[in-house]
Amino acid sequence: MDLILPDYGLLFWTGLVFCLLLFLLAKFAWKPILNAVNAREQKIHEALELADKTRAEMLLLQAENEKILKEARAERDAIMNDAKETALGMVEAAKNKAKEEANKIVESAKAIIASEKSAAIRDLKNQLAGFSIDIAEKIVRTELSTDSKQKALAEKLADDINMN
Amino acid sequence: MTFTKLFTQVVFMLFLVLIPSMISAQKATSIISNQTAAVDTVEDEFDVNEMIMHHVKDAHEWHLWGSEHDGVSLHLPVILYDNGFKVFNASHFYHGLNVVEKDPKTGEKLSYLLGEGPAEGYALFHEKIYSLSDGKLHFKEGHPHNAMPLDLSITKNVTSLFIGAFLIILIMFSMARFYKKNGAVAPKGIAKFLEPLVLLVQDDIAKANIGEHKYKKFVPYLLTAFFFILLNNLLGMVPILPGGANLTGNISVTLFLALSTLLITVFSGNKNYWRHIFATPGVPIPILIIMVPIEIIGIFTKPIALMIRLFANITAGHIIILALVSLVFINKSVAWSALSVPMALFISILELLVAFLQAYLFTMLSALFIGAAVEEAHH
Repeated sequence: MDLILPDYGLLFWTGLVFCLLLFLLAKFAWKPILNAVNAREQKIHEALELADKTRAEMLLLQAENEKILKEARAERDAIMNDAKETALGMVEAAKNKAKEEANKIVESAKAIIASEKSAAIRDLKNQLAGFSIDIAEKIVRTELSTDSKQKALAEKLADDINMN
Repeated sequence: MTFTKLFTQVVFMLFLVLIPSMISAQKATSIISNQTAAVDTVEDEFDVNEMIMHHVKDAHEWHLWGSEHDGVSLHLPVILYDNGFKVFNASHFYHGLNVVEKDPKTGEKLSYLLGEGPAEGYALFHEKIYSLSDGKLHFKEGHPHNAMPLDLSITKNVTSLFIGAFLIILIMFSMARFYKKNGAVAPKGIAKFLEPLVLLVQDDIAKANIGEHKYKKFVPYLLTAFFFILLNNLLGMVPILPGGANLTGNISVTLFLALSTLLITVFSGNKNYWRHIFATPGVPIPILIIMVPIEIIGIFTKPIALMIRLFANITAGHIIILALVSLVFINKSVAWSALSVPMALFISILELLVAFLQAYLFTMLSALFIGAAVEEAHH
């Protein structure tokens, strides 16, 4: 029966010890422990939040980077195409110009050749005329070298005229 | 921390002063009181009931080893209040005369120890101290009818209580020191082991049952109750000196704990709580006449259930283990240990679980009652 009857001595000591324990632990143990644990929890919470935010920002940044990269690539392609076109155009233009120049040179060469030729022909004609006169002079000189020949010629010429 | 050091020293000194115990081989002298005509042959029959009750109940000595009368015991200080304080060592009882008397009605043999020296005038019967009248105890139906002085002795349970409190302070202060030194970091060592338990009490017990806004005030009480019950449950399972006392299986201890919960509930109860008891909204007056007494009884039955649950669970565990071990002695054969040892081991492991479970339950239900008392009306 006395198993289920409270004993005042033990009740008193339990009360005393428990109250002391409650006071000491609340002041020197639970307060610092819970403060530290809750502060840490807060810290972890904040860190997680920050990580989430950073991750979202990173994703955004990545997407932006991708976009910039894409744009850059497109720009590069455009520039390359432009350059290619320009180069082709330049080559074409150069070719055309060269052809033109060559043609011009050929033309002028032809003109020079033609004028030289005509000059040479004229020169030749003149010389030929000179030679002919010289030859004719020589022949005439020979024909008229003696008086008889001169008389004969004169008679002949006179004949020709008389006959008319 | 110098405070912890100082505290440790103070507690140690208190132990030295309060327990001037004598480890001694008892030599009890038996005399036979005048009324008893003849002594029956002293039977050395093993009494299971006697042995189990002796272990489960409180005592003025801490039995260490050896048989009951020739073994080695720590005799604890006795503090009596009987027209002024009387402080002496319990050895003045245990070394006193062993008086055997026959109950006048039933003929049952009853033996008690007569105090000597400073314990003169008192007798120890079944570990309770009685004042002598006419130099002896007067029995009626197996119980002495003598007056009892107020016994504030440092009994086995009180010693265990001191040891438990000392251990809790040692453990928790070292845990607190870790956080003070390292700040809000991941726990290591003892803090790593205990932090989940502290958080269990704070978050799953206090916050979940009392509510986000009001739980903070009650956390120190709930934490202290949780670790007090848990550590003393575990200490009770240690069979040798620092443990072995059935402290949390003692009704006085559970009575105090339940009383604390009751007082906290009653004093933190708000208007809403009292209105639900004395004028439950929406209940007609004739029914209220029946309801109010039931509600008032309800205030007390809740902590009484707390008190009985803890007491019964822990005491039952101790009794089962002792009974299983006793199988060997009842049957007087070591062969029985093949059955009793595995079963005692199994129950011991179960008791480890019960130690945690009862600490959790007591704290959880306390938080639940407090939560009901501080709950705001929500209609």
